[in-house]
Amino acid sequence: MLKQIRQAGPWLLARIEKIFSAAFTPAWNPLYHLGALTIFFFWIVVVSGVYVFLFFETSVTHAYESVESLTHTQWYLGGVMRSLHRYASDAAVVTIGVHMVKEFVTGRYRGARWFSWFTGVPLLWMVFPLGITGYWLVWDQLAQYVAIASSELLDALPIFSDPMARNFLTNESVSDRFFTLMAFLHLIGLPVFLLVAIWLHLLRISRPVVNPPLGLAAGSLAALIVLSLLRPALSQAPADVSQVATGIGFDWFYLLAYPLLDYGSPALVWLVLVGSSTLLCLLPWLPPLRRRPAAVVSLPNCNGCGRCVEDCPYNAVSLAPRSDGLAYKTEAVVDADLCTACGICAGACPTATPLRRKSELVPGIDLPGVPIRALRDWTLAAAVQPGGEPGARVLVYGCASGVNLAALRNSSVAVVEMQCIAQLPPAFIDFVISRRHADGVFLLGCRENDCHFRLGVQWTNERLAGKRDPYLRARVPRERVATYWGGKVTQAEIAREINAFRVRLHALGPYRPAPVTEASYEVAP
Amino acid sequence: MMKPWMRYVGQAVAYAAFIALLGFFATAPAYDPVDPDAAMLKLSFMHVGQRRVECRKMSPDEIAQLPPNMRLTLDCPRERLPVLVELELDGQLLLRREITASGLAHDRASSIYQKYVVPPGRHQVTARLRDSARTEGFDYTRSAEVELKPRQNFVVDFHTESGGFSFH
Repeated sequence: MLKQIRQAGPWLLARIEKIFSAAFTPAWNPLYHLGALTIFFFWIVVVSGVYVFLFFETSVTHAYESVESLTHTQWYLGGVMRSLHRYASDAAVVTIGVHMVKEFVTGRYRGARWFSWFTGVPLLWMVFPLGITGYWLVWDQLAQYVAIASSELLDALPIFSDPMARNFLTNESVSDRFFTLMAFLHLIGLPVFLLVAIWLHLLRISRPVVNPPLGLAAGSLAALIVLSLLRPALSQAPADVSQVATGIGFDWFYLLAYPLLDYGSPALVWLVLVGSSTLLCLLPWLPPLRRRPAAVVSLPNCNGCGRCVEDCPYNAVSLAPRSDGLAYKTEAVVDADLCTACGICAGACPTATPLRRKSELVPGIDLPGVPIRALRDWTLAAAVQPGGEPGARVLVYGCASGVNLAALRNSSVAVVEMQCIAQLPPAFIDFVISRRHADGVFLLGCRENDCHFRLGVQWTNERLAGKRDPYLRARVPRERVATYWGGKVTQAEIAREINAFRVRLHALGPYRPAPVTEASYEVAP
Repeated sequence: MMKPWMRYVGQAVAYAAFIALLGFFATAPAYDPVDPDAAMLKLSFMHVGQRRVECRKMSPDEIAQLPPNMRLTLDCPRERLPVLVELELDGQLLLRREITASGLAHDRASSIYQKYVVPPGRHQVTARLRDSARTEGFDYTRSAEVELKPRQNFVVDFHTESGGFSFH
């Protein structure tokens, strides 16, 4: 049952993503930019919050009036800013939730990726209090409820000797001092901690995407502005603690746990919050993941060029001073704790060329589990399959994160599977076509902007386009190379794409390569 | 591949669904923490009980042994007695609790915060408190007949300086 759920999750997610990609294109697909969208909403909250604060009076007697005045006397700007402040906060909760579900479903929270998941949990403990303290400041009926309920919740902890909820017994007992403390937490304290926590969350990721594409950002902002105009955020009746607040317009995004307090107990709420947080923190190790061996550096073959450092999506490779006496300044060093064993580093290594015959094929950096030498062996083995339609034989290189590649095999289609499509050095494409191991090469990977190893598809595209080292040589006929970034789409869809490619190859006729000398491929270590 | 206009329609639908989700759940459905037809009775106070051991006048010799800047005439152990409190509604005991003084040395106030959802209408509220070493009876008692309205937040507080219990 659990296994079926684990399989159904990625299947369902892939189909939902496909729908969004169709409408937004993969480049703007919001499901591929959930983290960046959350940060974008945070910036909207900051900017709108600064504007609202300019007109806000931090006093229990005037806070409500100042917010009301802002909302109604300048509805076109202040009111919209206030609404943006609220709705962008809510939108951030939605994107955070979907982000978490997606990372969980795709398994991108385990192994070396535990750190980003783990540091995301404290972020939740900052985002929710940030929203809750914001509601507190309006000092309306909702604020009254939030203030009293939150105080009762905190009073259940054995850290306050005096009940905080006593501050809200009567209207006379509500003090400016307590109100100022909340304002400080909401305006300065929590946002600063949140920024630090976001930095920590992204610490182990190279080239983190912190801004969504312009079109998606503009669309999201426009949608929030439309919502702000159609349904402006309004205050409820002013707070009056002599009356119990009922019929409260409730923000379920931030206050979902509060009914547990009223219909359960503070202890139950803490149990749920701490229990679920602990479970989230432990998830990366439940059960422990059998990690693939990390990339290893072969110093005799490493010239310290740094391409692997540039391409590693997880900052797992760095350059250090040379330690073996060779006449290079630096050498690559792998931090095994950070390595996800994607193999992108090996794909970036200029020594990882299958045309190398004078020396053993051991690149400067390689994956022990799926070494480049094995990729060449598999390529050669796949290429010698008997049969197949002359002039339309296709060699598919595909990543293990997508569909069942073995099912694509037939007499004219051979398949080689690797961890990530960017593990494939471009020289392999040249090798296959120039040696006529196949008539065309079909690269199959995750959806664009949603690579399982973050940057594999992007690096592959740039290598093929000659924008990123190692380049695909200019002499390789581009019409004999096809890419399909489909992720977990149906087998039939991929088979259709491959067949279409074979038809194009057939029309091209057999490839007649220019003479090639072995020496031209040899790369000195 | 979708035609551009179909993509724009698709995006518009997605954005519309997103803001509909935000717009609805940001304020709805409305929430009632308690029955809107009920009233709330709260008992809360912070009160320092009497000393467990009475202050003792020190002898001149004892005073002389103290550093000059710490010489006091009375020796007052810090520990406070627990406070016993009772709350009755219409003759029915809602609460009877002995509240230990807070602080590591039990030298600070005893505090409580309790709330009860009660039906509106006329009620007899009685509160009693003992903060001394006596074993029987109470040092402070207040009883009153009150008319509670729906949603009313009725507070029973205690302040020694204002003579004991106060009903708000």
